[in-house]
Amino acid sequence: MSILVTPQTRVLVQGITGDFGGRHAKLSLDYGTQIVAGVTPGKGGQFFEHGTHKVPIFNTVADAVKATGATASAIFVPPPFAADAILEGADAGLALVVAITEGIPIRDMVRVKRALGGSKTRLVGPNCPGIVTPGTGPKSHGGCRIGIAPGYIHQKGHVGVVSRSGTLTYEAVYQLTVKNIGQSTCVGIGGDPVNGTSHLDVIKMFNDDPETWGMIMIGEIGGNAEVEAARWIKANCKKPVAGFIAGATAPAGRRMGHAGAIVGGAEDTAAAKIKVFQDCGIEVAVTPSDMADALIRAAQRLGAKLA
Amino acid sequence: MNIHEFQAKALFQKFGIAVPRGVPAKSRDEFAAAVQTLGNGPCVVKAQIHAGGRGKGTFVDGFKGGVKLAKTAEEAVEIAGRMLGNTLVTIQTGPAGRKVGTVYFNETVAIKKEYYLAVLLDRASSRPVIVASTEGGVEIEKVAHDTPEKIAKIFIDPAVGLQPYQARQVAFALGFTGEEFKAAVKLVDALYRCWWESDASMVEVNPLISTADNRVLALDAKVSFDDNALFRHPELKELRDLNEEDPKETEASKYDLNYIALDGNIACLVNGAGLAMSTMDIIKHFGGNPANFLDVGGGASKEQVTAAFKIILSDKNVKGILVNIFGGIMDCNIIATGIVAAAKETGLSIPLVVRLEGNNVEAGKKTLAESGLKLVSGDSMADAAQKIVKLVA
Repeated sequence: MSILVTPQTRVLVQGITGDFGGRHAKLSLDYGTQIVAGVTPGKGGQFFEHGTHKVPIFNTVADAVKATGATASAIFVPPPFAADAILEGADAGLALVVAITEGIPIRDMVRVKRALGGSKTRLVGPNCPGIVTPGTGPKSHGGCRIGIAPGYIHQKGHVGVVSRSGTLTYEAVYQLTVKNIGQSTCVGIGGDPVNGTSHLDVIKMFNDDPETWGMIMIGEIGGNAEVEAARWIKANCKKPVAGFIAGATAPAGRRMGHAGAIVGGAEDTAAAKIKVFQDCGIEVAVTPSDMADALIRAAQRLGAKLA
Repeated sequence: MNIHEFQAKALFQKFGIAVPRGVPAKSRDEFAAAVQTLGNGPCVVKAQIHAGGRGKGTFVDGFKGGVKLAKTAEEAVEIAGRMLGNTLVTIQTGPAGRKVGTVYFNETVAIKKEYYLAVLLDRASSRPVIVASTEGGVEIEKVAHDTPEKIAKIFIDPAVGLQPYQARQVAFALGFTGEEFKAAVKLVDALYRCWWESDASMVEVNPLISTADNRVLALDAKVSFDDNALFRHPELKELRDLNEEDPKETEASKYDLNYIALDGNIACLVNGAGLAMSTMDIIKHFGGNPANFLDVGGGASKEQVTAAFKIILSDKNVKGILVNIFGGIMDCNIIATGIVAAAKETGLSIPLVVRLEGNNVEAGKKTLAESGLKLVSGDSMADAAQKIVKLVA
């Protein structure tokens, strides 16, 4: 199994006719993902064509869901319209909305998060690389790729990866694959201060997934989401967990690329988070090159299998 | 984006937040008229820089204090003359300090008591929070650490906004009564609207004061805006002061590069914010010192890499460069071609270590090897970091 999405998940793309959305819709189709619909207001009735694929475009998410049975969405629309796109996805009853868009105003996300309270729709992101559940084909072909991650670096297997950073996720996945350790699902939760799904939300799902045998949790400076997840792991999780925190050398008060990556006080520094990880029994990767090895150490300590 | 105190107070006034009367002046000829406007008597002279700790700061020529009380109009003009164009060093500016481009004259007020009041985002709950304390005029972090019971936090439901009972909760928590209570409730409500409607990431009043004549005023004002939302506030965007930014950072922003200058000597060029941060960390881990944070984004085009190299090389401390690209989607060979072109165009003469990984990496490495450039290839991040640290040592 996997979490959030399976190779059978039917995915629609909001913003499929834009450069960014179109490019990644094609890559997902090439990877074997079930991209069943596109949504661009005003372009309903047209088709998004790629090779032998002919994906119908709809004016609204509701129309797309009704016609295609899509249950998940990838959002690529520009920041001023992204909050609206998320709410439209939720209103259409999607189980999962993955917002890739970077640069959504925080106030918009505060309102979206409030509006999604009690809704059955799970939001992942925004400002995230998305989700990959690897497939069983060559270079993990046939999996579900929602977003912008490189699909081919994955390998089907039993390690879950959760991260606020895109390229750092790829780094971890690549290290695992090179060591012939596959992944169940890799989730980028995004680098914004207000996001739909937290580290802890994903860790709980991995913990409940019998096919996920170990996890890598990648975090960074700012906020206390990693700390919250680490404390939960200590109390509830028996699976091996490795962790990495970026930003040990970041100066206080500066936003390091991600809107959420900012040291405001003593508790959201890298050092403070690493200390909590250690106290909670999480094997800390000393450098980003050490992420897969750290997980192997954690598994050996518990006598657990990773592959 | 941060703004100056005088700009923040002008914004406050638009929302009906009471502030002491004040007049900013950007040149010496404006000083006398500014002091005249305030009644030609005693006034407070405040150097305008974005960093905090101004009162206890020292100018590079030895003149003490970025916030000073002048007993007469003449003295005010003289003090302002010492401040304007001078460089103020405070606990927050670093040793280089910041040049003062504006002096702000304020009426004197008889302070009865100082308080703290701020509106910001609470990340844990994803809701706005009002933070209030009876301990004003001091560092709020210190109050939070030493006497957390003296800090009140009121969380706002963004669906309905600040409710009147919550504004009263804040005013009660601060111990206001009578006329001052009414004024405080009004001010709290206005401050919240200011935060919400201008897409601020934080508005902070430290100190908020009550006066001998029972007024409640924002004596200081610190406002920063959410950069993501500036597109819908053109009037706020105009408040940006480029003199407060590192020129290298300003240049980088023109090319969609996310650059932050640091004080080390190993520059890095990376795609992705998390990877860029951890590249700095790994340089430090192996005994080097990063010169910057630089995220070129997902693409890393030739134009971007060339611009990035130029910006990196304009930092005279830089003795070597580490390029770390995980080309997930992009063809590594295209990235390698861009790196070679950028290195040649900028006449790169300092050590360059390149770590490329991802799509079509073998062709990319071949391009680098055959470029004729004196660059070193790194296999993993750790390998590349160790190599550049050794080359620069």
